[in-house]
Amino acid sequence: MKSLLKYLRNYKKESILAPLFKLLEASFELFVPIVISKIIDVAIPSGNNSMIIKMGLVLALLALVGMVAAITAQFFAAKAAVGFSAELRSAVFAHIQTFDFTSIDKVGISTLITRMTSDINQLQNGVNMVLRLFLRSPIVVFGAMIMAFTIDVKSALIFVVAIPLLAVIVYGIMLITMPLFKKVQGSLDKVLGHTRENLTGVRVIRAFGLEDKELGDFEADNRILAKSQTRVGRFSALTNPLTYIIVNGAIIALIYVGGVQVNMGNLTQGQVVAIINYMSQILVELIKLANLIVLMTKAAACGDRVADVLKMENAPVIKESGFTSGNGKEDTSGAFDDYIVFDHASLTYEGAGAETLTNINFSVKKGQTVGIIGGTGSGKSSLVNMIPALYYATKGSVRFMGKDLKDLDAAEFRKRIGIVPQKAVLFKGTIRSNLLWGNPDATDEELWKALEIAQAAEVVKGKDGGLDAEVEQNGRNFSGGQRQRLTIARALAGNPEILILDDSASALDYATDANLRKAISGIKDTTVFIVSQRASSIRNADKIIVLDDGEVAGIGTNEELLESCEVYNEIYYSQYERA
Amino acid sequence: MSDLKKTDSKKTIRKILRYIKRHIPLVVLSILLAAIIVFLTLYIPILIGNAVDVLLAGKGNIDFEELIRIMIKIGIVMGITALAQWVMNTINNHITYHVVEDIRNDAMKRIQILPLSFLDSQATGDVVSRVVSDVDTFADGLLMGFTQLFTGVLTILGTLGFMLRTSPIVTIVVVVITPLSFFVAKFIATHTHDYFKNQSVVRAEQTALIDEMIGNQKIVKMFSREEAVKEEFDEINGRLHDSSLKAVFYSSLVNPSTRFVNALVYAGVAVVGGFFVIKGWGSAEAAALTVGELTAFLSYANQYTKPFNEISGVITELQNAIVCASRIFELIEKEPQIPDAESAKVLKEPEGAVSLQNVSFRYIPEKPLIRDFNLDVKPGQRIAIVGPTGCGKTTVINLLMRFYDVDEGKISIDGTDLRELTRKSLRSNIGMVLQETWLKAGTIKENICMGKPDATDEEIVAAAKAAHSHSFIKRLPDGYDTVIGEDGGMLSQGQKQLLCITRVMLCLPPMLILDEATSSIDTRTEIRIQKAFAKMMQGRTSFIVAHRLSTIKEADVILVMRDGNIVEQGNHESLLAKGGFYAELYNSQFAI
Repeated sequence: MKSLLKYLRNYKKESILAPLFKLLEASFELFVPIVISKIIDVAIPSGNNSMIIKMGLVLALLALVGMVAAITAQFFAAKAAVGFSAELRSAVFAHIQTFDFTSIDKVGISTLITRMTSDINQLQNGVNMVLRLFLRSPIVVFGAMIMAFTIDVKSALIFVVAIPLLAVIVYGIMLITMPLFKKVQGSLDKVLGHTRENLTGVRVIRAFGLEDKELGDFEADNRILAKSQTRVGRFSALTNPLTYIIVNGAIIALIYVGGVQVNMGNLTQGQVVAIINYMSQILVELIKLANLIVLMTKAAACGDRVADVLKMENAPVIKESGFTSGNGKEDTSGAFDDYIVFDHASLTYEGAGAETLTNINFSVKKGQTVGIIGGTGSGKSSLVNMIPALYYATKGSVRFMGKDLKDLDAAEFRKRIGIVPQKAVLFKGTIRSNLLWGNPDATDEELWKALEIAQAAEVVKGKDGGLDAEVEQNGRNFSGGQRQRLTIARALAGNPEILILDDSASALDYATDANLRKAISGIKDTTVFIVSQRASSIRNADKIIVLDDGEVAGIGTNEELLESCEVYNEIYYSQYERA
Repeated sequence: MSDLKKTDSKKTIRKILRYIKRHIPLVVLSILLAAIIVFLTLYIPILIGNAVDVLLAGKGNIDFEELIRIMIKIGIVMGITALAQWVMNTINNHITYHVVEDIRNDAMKRIQILPLSFLDSQATGDVVSRVVSDVDTFADGLLMGFTQLFTGVLTILGTLGFMLRTSPIVTIVVVVITPLSFFVAKFIATHTHDYFKNQSVVRAEQTALIDEMIGNQKIVKMFSREEAVKEEFDEINGRLHDSSLKAVFYSSLVNPSTRFVNALVYAGVAVVGGFFVIKGWGSAEAAALTVGELTAFLSYANQYTKPFNEISGVITELQNAIVCASRIFELIEKEPQIPDAESAKVLKEPEGAVSLQNVSFRYIPEKPLIRDFNLDVKPGQRIAIVGPTGCGKTTVINLLMRFYDVDEGKISIDGTDLRELTRKSLRSNIGMVLQETWLKAGTIKENICMGKPDATDEEIVAAAKAAHSHSFIKRLPDGYDTVIGEDGGMLSQGQKQLLCITRVMLCLPPMLILDEATSSIDTRTEIRIQKAFAKMMQGRTSFIVAHRLSTIKEADVILVMRDGNIVEQGNHESLLAKGGFYAELYNSQFAI
């Protein structure tokens, strides 16, 4: 939570000025009881009407100056709070951008979204209120005490007892409710999870007739939420009554001590009234404070959640020194024999029990087409995800033109690569804005070329507005096949040196798939990796890598593999009839 | 506010009251307590005023007995007030959170019976935010309303009463000046409304961007778009900053301004009250004020005006709460699917004869999809449905499962119209695996057991072996007890499909629907699974949708669909021989 304070650094001036002006406002308020006591002690006994009017004007003036100070304070507080949340949001977003795939897998997306939106909003409220009131309250409380001292030391001693007591209560309740609030947030997360699942899984739930069970699970967690909310409520509901008791208890004591003092002639009754007024001011302030504390505690809980995101770091990239220089000699020649090399590369996902890829060894020449095929869960996607350094080898190395990927600037390197992921996702915007992801400077001509190759030109021509046709969120106004073709075009728009197609033609019919491959093989100098379940998609590749349970079962051309590789034979003949 | 809006929010309030009704005794108690609290809180200044009057006797003349009596009174009043406050707050919490719980449960209940046509058209995030955030905001508003509106109104009334009793003329001063703060608050509120609206528009825009970009963070990374996305984000963030600043600042003007008005009231009371005290100074006139009464009056002036501030705050909060409540009620009141007929029969051990007669269906009224569809399936037959995307294959399945009802014609199983069967019994007799895998957050075992919660470990393993998922499951860190995230976490697409197939294997339903169920599974495994299915499907009717023609070659009947119609029908050989659309599709597999 404290670590978030640095996002206020650009608002130092505001963060100091806001409470200062609050101080000013509060001190003007503190003069009010003095003026009143003047009316009671001086003006009334002497029957001085004009003095009462004068004092009334003084009160009005104090109010006016107080308001101006308050508005100034509100302005600075708002500026600091809004600025703080804007910088924090930007920092969190930027930080999430640095996450590697492993971190993204680990965190989970929905919690990142809530933390960036509702948690930060709560924080902004919290900061604003703290700047506005949390400093004002101690100022009023201690100011009132000091003013009481200037009137009568003995009576003021009651304040010295009451104020620490109040502090203990306020702090104690905060201490108790804080963890309870976190529990509430946790239960809320669960309720949200159930709701999401029941919407995304509605077909499966109904197919299995699980409506009642799901409802029961939801109700159980909803119950827990209500219970934990009531529990926090019970404790935070104590704040008001307890402060009320202490302040009024102090007032009783004040009356008695005041009585003694007046009896001895040390105090006037006007002064007693003033002191009692100070105590009441404290009460009013603390009631405000009590409401604030609920808000504060919530904001603090949210702050912790946001700070956790910022604390999250990618695991460091560990290099094994033995492998970086390949087989003892540096690949500085740029010999295209070794355009991309997997050198005894293995991959273990974080938290997974076993290796997903084990000891992968192969090299690819520039301009080659590589097919990757293998059983479900054999590691095909994992393998191609290692080429753009989305996951790093946990053992061994992957090299690009002789350089270990771990030594390359991953973001720069990825600009040479066009990837078509398994899941075809488009972004809200236009077809053009989506295609420009691959290459922000692409001309229309280049875009159309990419669309032609991707067999998507007719899709775009069929839409109103052509390249400027609207794309809805997740591209849901396009069919699965259309989306796949557009994502292929998006990758091609960047004229990539390396093109990776990760089972990205699965929704295309065979004819379109065939045309697509023909068109892609016509692109010169691009190294292509094709992951597919279909033997037909890869059988013309220069090199086919057959994966079986994370290990290479065979590498070679279609003919070679048909002769030597049993796994390939099985796959192949499950799709083609034996001649 | 327009009349329409007004009646709308009136309706919403009535609905809220219906939920509160269940807690009527508590509500009555809460109001009673509020009245007690207000009365006692107002009584304390009088007591303090009395004490001050005792002090007026001056040096050496203080009546300490009287003073102590007053002190004890204050003590008792204070104790009761504090207790009442705590009880009232606790009751209010109780009511609010139980109302909210009921509303959420009702929403969930409704979600279970809403037609898929509605759910399919809604963005998940929107419904989730109704059930979660809107209800939350509503709770905040309701709680604030309970705790502050009652006491606020009662305080105003109570103080007015006390003040009138003490001095009608000074009261007039207070009453005349206070409404000013309402005007000020209203003036500011109407002007900040636009800023607030603007803020929420920009905020929604930003949330959408966050949702989209973080949801697809992996793709952002693949294209090295981090910087570009950050720029886009910061641009919106900048706009949000500006609009928030305006909204926050202008709305925060309400408090100082109304407080200024209150301070004026206070000054007015001090001046006018002062005059009255002077007038009565030394004389015995009853209309005059004592200094003690003036003190009490001043503290009333404070207490009287404070609720005005709070109420103006509460009203905005309540308006917001009502808007949120109406959003959630919109969901709760959405027309549910047509309930099962009273006479609906439970489908038991069906033979599996399925017939579609003159079925027509459309998702969108203007766009007819399936027209005059006829099909007769004999028990135990395997039906494959093929055709290009968007031709209506998945729709047939939606109709068979009764996720959607036919517009015209009828579908029957063993001669009984689907609409005369309970949905639950119909669906429990059909095993369904979809292309879009769906896994629950939970363990692998929980996910497999969905259709058969009481399955033994042996049964589960047997099903997993048949579906060829056993080998990868046992290699997971905790085997069948491995916890997976909401979307299956690190499992590959194919592995997720295997799990969904295992789920159905475990239930052994009499009929089967596979909608592209093996699209991400390699062909070898697929063939093995099909063998397992074939064994399991002996005598069971099954429907298979697939792109991969190799997976459907062995079907008894292949339906070739195009634009919502069956264009060809027959087995693999006869269709190939016919040389039509099917043959064209099939041959394209080898066309290079």
